[in-house]
Parts: sequence; C-alpha cells; structure tokens
Amino acid sequence: MPEPALLRIEGLTADYGAVRALSGVSMAFEKGRVHAVLGANGAGKTTLLRAIGGLHPVAAGRVLLRGDDVTRMPVEQRVRHGIAHVPEGGGIIVELTVAENIRLGALWRRRSERPAALAAAFDLFPPLAERRARPAATLSGGERQMLAIGRALAARPEVLLLDEPSLGLAPRVTRQIMLLLRRLCDSADMAVVLVEQNARGALAVSDRGSVLAQGEVVAAAAPGELLADDRMRHAYLGF
Amino acid sequence: MDRFVDLTLNGAANGAVYAALALSLVIIYQATRVVNFAQPALALIAVYIAYSVSGLTGRYWLGFAAALLAGLLMGALTERLLIRSVHDRSPLSAVIVTLGLLLVLQGAAGMIWTNEPHSFPYPMDFRGRFSASDAFALVSVGTAAALVFALYRFTPLGLRMRAAAHRPEAARVAGVRVGLMLTTGWALASAIGALAAMLAVPPFVSPNVLDAVFVYGITAAVVGGLDNPFGALAGGVLVGLGLSYVSGYAGPELAPLACLAILVAVLSARPAGLFAAPSARKV
Ligand SMILES: Nc1ncnc2c1ncn2[C@@H]1O[C@H](COP(=O)(O)OP(=O)(O)OP(=O)(O)O)[C@@H](O)[C@H]1O
Ligand SMILES: [Mg+2]
Repeated sequence: MPEPALLRIEGLTADYGAVRALSGVSMAFEKGRVHAVLGANGAGKTTLLRAIGGLHPVAAGRVLLRGDDVTRMPVEQRVRHGIAHVPEGGGIIVELTVAENIRLGALWRRRSERPAALAAAFDLFPPLAERRARPAATLSGGERQMLAIGRALAARPEVLLLDEPSLGLAPRVTRQIMLLLRRLCDSADMAVVLVEQNARGALAVSDRGSVLAQGEVVAAAAPGELLADDRMRHAYLGF
Repeated sequence: MDRFVDLTLNGAANGAVYAALALSLVIIYQATRVVNFAQPALALIAVYIAYSVSGLTGRYWLGFAAALLAGLLMGALTERLLIRSVHDRSPLSAVIVTLGLLLVLQGAAGMIWTNEPHSFPYPMDFRGRFSASDAFALVSVGTAAALVFALYRFTPLGLRMRAAAHRPEAARVAGVRVGLMLTTGWALASAIGALAAMLAVPPFVSPNVLDAVFVYGITAAVVGGLDNPFGALAGGVLVGLGLSYVSGYAGPELAPLACLAILVAVLSARPAGLFAAPSARKV
C-alpha cells in the first residue's frame, strides 16, 4: 500500500452562516513540496487554510494528517501535531516583543530545544535579531511577515500553511520570501501550502498549483501547465 | 506633622488592600474585558473558609493558606463553569453573570455562616501607628504584586497568559491553550482577591463586610486604568492615602464622598485612567 499523503483534505466544505465559502474541496500535500493555492478575491483561499488549521469549523469533509482524522481537533493541538499556520496578516502579537513572539512559537517544544529555535529564527532573519527586544508593533510590514514565518518555523512544523505572505510587500521582498519558502521546504522537509494573489510569483517556486473559484477547485496541475493555459490565466489568475 | 505621618502610614496600609483588589480586577479585565463584580463575594467565601479552618484547627495561618487556596479554586471554577459559555457570546453577559454570582454567594455566606458578625481578629498586633498588621498588609501585597509581575514577565506560563489576553486567536495559532490561560488568570486573580479580603476583614467577618472595601478597590482599578496592573497598584495607594487624609482631617463620614470625588476628577481628566497605556488594544 502506498504511504498516505502527509496532509490530505477530502470533500472539505465550510460556511459563514448561509454563505457557502468552500464546497467539496479535496487536495493532497506531500513532504518537500510547495503547493500553491490560487484564486481571485473571495475564492475561499483563506477559509481553506483556516479550516485546515482548525480556526474555522468544517461543515462536511475531513482533514487527514498522516492518515489520522484531525477534522475536530482544536487549533492548538494541531500545532502540536505539526501543522503551523501563518494567517492572513501574519497573526503576530504586536503587544509582545519580537523575541517573545518567536519564543511563543517554540514554547510547546522541549525546554532544551527552545533556545536553538530562537537562534535559528534570528539566523534566518537577521533584521529580527537586531530588533529582538522591540515590541512587534514597531516592525515594518516585511519584518512582520518575517516574524510570522519565524514564529511558525519555531514550532518545527511538518506542514506550513501560509496565507498571502507577500501581502503589501515590495516585489523584491516578495521574491525573496518566495525563494526562502522554497529553500525551507527543501531543507526542512515540510509540506508548504502557499496561498497567494501573486500567482506568477507563487507558481515560480511551487511544485503544484490548485486554483479555487467560488469555493471549488477548478484546476489542479503542475505550475507549467497552469501558466500555459491562457484561458485559465485570464479567467482565474489575473495575468 | 506627627498626625500627617500617621495618616500616611495608615493610608498606605489600607491602600495596599485596595491595590490588591484592584489588581485582581485588572488581571481579569485585561484578559477578558469583564469586570468581575463577584470578586468581593468570592473573597468573602474565602475568608469564611479561613475563619472556619482557623476555628477548627486553632491555627490562623492554616486558615490563611486555606483562603488563598479557596480563592484559587473558586476563581478557576467560576471561569470554567459560569463565564466561559456566556463570554463567547458577549463580555457584557459575562459581567451580568458575575453580578448574579455576587448576590448568590453573599446569600449563601449568610445561610452557612449566619448574618451575625463573627470575631476573626488578626494574629498580630493591630493597634497604634504603623502596627504589625499594617506592615504585614504592605509586605504581603508587595510580595504578591512582585510575584505576579515576575510570573507574567519572566515565565513561559506568563508569556502564554499575555499572548492569550492580547490576541486569543493568534495565541491559539501559536499553540497556546487559551481557555486554560483564562482559567489560570481567574484563579490567580481570585487568590489575590482572597489575600486582600484576609487583610481587610478583621476584626469581624459578616456577609457585607467587604462592600465598602470593594467600592474603594474598584475605584482604585478605574483610577489607575483597568488595563494596567501597575496602574491598579498605584491607584490603590492613591485612593488609600486620599481617603486616609480626608477621614483624618475632615472626618471619616466624608470618605465615600472623597472616593467619588477622586473618581470623577481623574476620569474627567483622563477617561481611561491615570496610567492607561497610550495604545490600548488595537484591532
Ligand atoms: N467573516 C465572514 N463572514 C461572512 N462571509 C465571509 C467571511 N469571511 C469570508 N467570507 C466569504 O467567504 C468567501 C471566501 O472568503 P475567503 O476569505 O476565504 O476568500 P479569499 O480567497 O481568502 O479572498 P482574498 O483573496 O480576498 O483574501 C467570500 O465569499 C467571503 O465573502
Ligand atoms: Mg484571503
């Protein structure tokens, strides 16, 4: 029997009251792969990540981590099982210092491993090291994204969910972050689920892309195929 | 001059009690936006338990420890059983629930221990200027405040509690069990409330003995800024001193009026309290 995918979602359906935001979405995410999830505003990308991460209740369908059903597991427990979520806007705690935010991400790990996790985040993002004692509220947009990613990585996740890490960043910084994600995915052997508006940038570093429209998967293919399909590009990816 | 020193020392000791009560309110308010009006009743039950334990064992300090422990447990239970389910819908309903709990617990105290005042003296001397009991009030509240500060500032538990208080969702995403942190906060706050009550109650305990003290405590919290633990402590000392001077120089019957005057004066100048953080809780 083949090994089950690290993370698999089956028929995931989620609502906001009477509004259906996701209907019957199925996807599989593998270790060492970056999986781009694309789509227009309101397509359901954020809802998808929130449902996987446990922040949004699932109306139907399942979330399977290494074959185990985690659909009803609370958020904080999923984190302990290896799912890290960088929510839309980063989800950092601006009242805490930079170092405290990262330490928070590493807290549930063994006491002896925590200092190394902090040092690793500062190695990865030197600007954060310089600002370690400052409140996170004083960071720039790009620095906040770094902190959000650093905090998520401090938990040593197996699955990294990222909701528009390029939001509001300069193209050059966006490109750096995309390349960084690629590198992290390869070196830390994670599955990265990358939600992006910036389809071209995301596909450039992805192994696979899925396109959502009105809560449904309308395409799932290798990046090259998606980029080659003019109709798809015009209709859903906006370039 | 001598009289001024007396009034200052006395006011500081009373202020320590108000500060502790204010701190217990602020810890909960910061995390949940709920003003816990049940605090005096929780503290009252804790004192009655201390009274019973001390009476049965003949050991005051055993009762004292029992009061703190009872405070801890009752705070945790209140959050788990009463507050959590309603708070998710609105903090205001949670405030109403604390008001209901206040009445129920005060009534229950009267039923269990009767409405008659029972003698429950300090174990140490409480006469004269700056008595041993005054010193004990200042030292114990100071120690409690320092411990709370150290807990929040320097321990992983404190970091989790701050994260949960500031941004519950972001804290959950970072792996913090937010519900457990709220329970812990209520337990801690309620234990501090029990400490305040143990200092405030003697020499007689009765169901309404904490009413005035609670009014002064909540004044201290509001004056200091409901969002700021240091403000609560400073507010407590301020109210303690203010009331002591007014009672001493103008007559004790004017103390409640002075309390109201302090409240109005501070709030009209600084609506969020004297020590409110400049950037309280952005979205
Ligand atoms: N809190 C909410 N209440 C009601 N409807 C919501 C809420 N959040 C999202 N929706 C709706 O659910 C659908 C999916 O929203 P979602 O945020 O997942 O989209 P998205 O793909 O992340 O969009 P964007 O690219 O703008 O971030 C949209 O139709 C949106 O209007
Ligand atoms: Mg979104």
